[in-house]
Amino acid sequence: MDSKSAHKPYLKITDLTKKFGEFTALDNISLDIFESEFVCFLGPSGCGKTTLLRAIAGLDIQTRGSIEQDNVDISALPPTERDFGIVFQSYALFPNMTVDKNIAYGLENRKLPKDQITNRVRELLDLVGLPEQGIKYPAQLSGGQQQRIALARALATSPGLLLLDEPLSALDARVRDHLRGEIKDLQRRLGVTTIMVTHDQEEALTMADRIVVMDHGLIEQVGTPEEIYGQPRTAFVADFIGTMNFIPGAVTAAGTVSVGQSTFQCDTTYHANGAPITVAIRPEDINAQDIHDGDSNVVDAEVKSLEFMGSFYRANLIGPTFGDGDVHADFSVNLVRRKSVAVGSRLPVRLPAEYVQIYAANGS
Amino acid sequence: MTETSAPLSTAQPPLVKEKLSRDDWIMRSCMVVIGLFLCVFILLPLYTMLSKSVENKDEAFIGLANYIEYFSTPALFWSAGNSLTIAILSTVIVLFVAFIYGYALTRTCMPFKWFFKVVALIPLLTPSLLGGISLVYWFGNQGVAKGLLFGETIYGPIGITIGSSYWVFPHALMIVITALSITDARLYEAAIALRTSQVRTFFTVTLPGCKYGLISAGFVVFTLVFTDFGVPKVIGGNYNMLATDVYKQVIGQQNFQMGAVVSVVLLVPAIIAFSVDRIVQKKQVALLSARAVPYEPKPHRVRDMSMLVFCLIVAAMILCMLGMAQYASLVKFWPYNLTLGFSNYDFDVMDGGGWDAFWNSLYMALYTAVIGTAVIFFGAYLMEKGRGFGTGRSIFHMLAMLPLAVPGLVLGLSYIFFFNNPANPFNFLYGTLGILVIVSITHFYTVSHLTAVTALKQMDPEFESVSASLKAPFYKTFARVTVPVCTPAILDVSMYLFLNAMTTVSAVIFLYSSDTTLASVAVMNMDDAGDIAPAAAMAMMIAYTCAAARILHAGLTRGLLKHSQAWRNR
Ligand SMILES: Nc1ncnc2c1ncn2[C@@H]1O[C@H](COP(=O)(O)OP(=O)(O)O)[C@@H](O)[C@H]1O
Ligand SMILES: [Mg+2]
Repeated sequence: MDSKSAHKPYLKITDLTKKFGEFTALDNISLDIFESEFVCFLGPSGCGKTTLLRAIAGLDIQTRGSIEQDNVDISALPPTERDFGIVFQSYALFPNMTVDKNIAYGLENRKLPKDQITNRVRELLDLVGLPEQGIKYPAQLSGGQQQRIALARALATSPGLLLLDEPLSALDARVRDHLRGEIKDLQRRLGVTTIMVTHDQEEALTMADRIVVMDHGLIEQVGTPEEIYGQPRTAFVADFIGTMNFIPGAVTAAGTVSVGQSTFQCDTTYHANGAPITVAIRPEDINAQDIHDGDSNVVDAEVKSLEFMGSFYRANLIGPTFGDGDVHADFSVNLVRRKSVAVGSRLPVRLPAEYVQIYAANGS
Repeated sequence: MTETSAPLSTAQPPLVKEKLSRDDWIMRSCMVVIGLFLCVFILLPLYTMLSKSVENKDEAFIGLANYIEYFSTPALFWSAGNSLTIAILSTVIVLFVAFIYGYALTRTCMPFKWFFKVVALIPLLTPSLLGGISLVYWFGNQGVAKGLLFGETIYGPIGITIGSSYWVFPHALMIVITALSITDARLYEAAIALRTSQVRTFFTVTLPGCKYGLISAGFVVFTLVFTDFGVPKVIGGNYNMLATDVYKQVIGQQNFQMGAVVSVVLLVPAIIAFSVDRIVQKKQVALLSARAVPYEPKPHRVRDMSMLVFCLIVAAMILCMLGMAQYASLVKFWPYNLTLGFSNYDFDVMDGGGWDAFWNSLYMALYTAVIGTAVIFFGAYLMEKGRGFGTGRSIFHMLAMLPLAVPGLVLGLSYIFFFNNPANPFNFLYGTLGILVIVSITHFYTVSHLTAVTALKQMDPEFESVSASLKAPFYKTFARVTVPVCTPAILDVSMYLFLNAMTTVSAVIFLYSSDTTLASVAVMNMDDAGDIAPAAAMAMMIAYTCAAARILHAGLTRGLLKHSQAWRNR
């Protein structure tokens, strides 16, 4: 982000608020999006992702705040005067028009000559990998094909901004995985600035250059997939993305926290001494190999149950350190075999300081 | 400087005021125009009528004096009781028959269902007067089956109840069928699994499942009968009803003020029934949205056969009504010369309007269907798919719902008060075919509007968003997507308007002039003058016209669906 903040953003959202009556759907959102970026809005259903996307499109204009696109203030403009293409979960293809006509619809409004339109439509059909389907009606195509046509229609007029609202949610898993790669690939080739709304973290993690995690109309964190996954800034993000263990504790001194009967080393920069906190660590970051005497952040654990997940085992660990709750840890198949880990085994595990996150314990 | 700007910096950014696009302007203006049309042709006339009811003959305000006079004149006051009695009686009868008939059509394996469906819809094709006329031939003074009444007279409550039940039957049946079709089959499977007896299943599953439909049908039937004018006019004899009172006060005694008072008395129960029905229907919607599995009836000999017998009796009665009107219209001179011929169809030699009345009706119904469908569908589109302008759209919706609550006779009378005033800029409409077309459109606005809204709601709401992103003007998407996709609903609306414009009496009875007599009015006037056979003949002409339109509509719809099969999912 630091390197990017040097140049001017393509889309600049400032202090955006959207109210539906008394209900605040978006609460003072500010966000910069850069040219050719692929940004995902990720969050649980009802958190305001679609609302934000529709405000950017001008379909449901915000109550307060401004939006600038390409250095032009578009805050109050109706959608017809903005520059974007949009794809919805429902495809929204015009059912009574053939695929060709659907794709040509936006081009006709530009008053382009006929042969130019025909060429452009053919080009787009090639682009989305459906060169032979032009004369069919949408109802004669599969869901995945329809969504590709919708994408082609949105891209036909070469808009500066592509908006996708849960474009893959209506498709079955296999098609979805396939299309994920295709959309990402297409976006990279065309270099079109893209915003995609999704509630599927895997989709966001695999496709986005940057992810905007939202909850209750607020932005929780903005960052690359690695940042969001590796250093979730809030307990909400930590919990929402991937699997995370939460263990209650308190800061005892700078760089030290106590959890149950143990003390851990970790970064406590933002937390005061004595503050109640929650320690968080991902199952795959809990280490049971190469532990030596005197290593810090090592605790004793007992395997309560062991679940075979194919390429690894997920162990349910209990122990005095973990309080009442279980802690999940992922052990490689190799490790389980070598150490003969089984239900009831006792073994030391390490929670490496660099992978431990701590959050202020409020609410939970 | 920081001091002074401190309070400002905590202030929120200013409210964003959306810049309206050209489309927004056009759409809102068009909606306002249609809204104003509804105001001028419904609200203002009604207001004029209300104010007439609190004025004396010299148009001076006299408060509730007219109402006091009304309620202290037993002759007038009794009519309200009569109307209520007949309406309740007919409601009970029709609900009972329609429920069993509908049950037979949806929940049994009775044979010949298609036949019973077609027959049940016949009364929709005829003016309500036709039932009355047939009854005269069956049970009147010279009726063929007079003996069945054991000395009672058909001219009075008996005739009105039978005649009313006949013509409102299909209205109730359609609602009952809809209600019975939405019940979830899984409930029945559960009932069978729990070994519930058939009788108990009926009372614990079937009846509650279509409860709202039955209530709704009840209100519709009640309102139709309570406010109907045609049947009591033809067969009421000396039995006074509110609707005939309005007519007598206005046409007979030229007492417009009292006519207005009776209209208000007629309007109030109609509005109450309407409001309760709206509330009930909201609940039914909640039932509908659940994903139900359609019920497949299984054969059951005893049940299916008894249902067949029941439906045969009902269908026979309907066919007897229609058949008698047809037969009587062909008979030379009832009951003395029963040879058949077309002399009664020679309308031009009779008073009542002649063949011109028929052609007027046809033109009027066609104009109503074409103009009405265009205006109503476009209005519904603007309301449903417009962006922003929430208050305006809600007001528009309320205006569009209002006509359903206003009986045709009341609307017609309000039109006289409003348009007959020389100071009214629309006064030129008075006595033209135009005002008949307008009153038919406004009177039947609500059902058409709701049909259009339902069809529009089934379309993806994002079509408009996508079009905006592609910079297509709204009218292009309207013409190229909305209209083609909604064509079946558009045809339905135009059919509904055509049939109703062709058969209505109550909305137009005060508004025709000697140049614009209508077929349905001619039926009434000829009947009034004692020319019952020609009246029956004219009623049959209306019925044939409506049947032809219905067949054309079915053919068009089928052809259209076949043609667009490639892109329609079903
Ligand atoms: N037109 C509307 N009127 C009232 N509330 C709305 C409207 N649209 C969305 N909301 C509310 O705003 C919140 C955010 O909705 P949305 O942006 O659609 O969520 P999502 O993140 O699932 O896309 C939800 O609580 C929703 O109920
Ligand atoms: Mg959404």
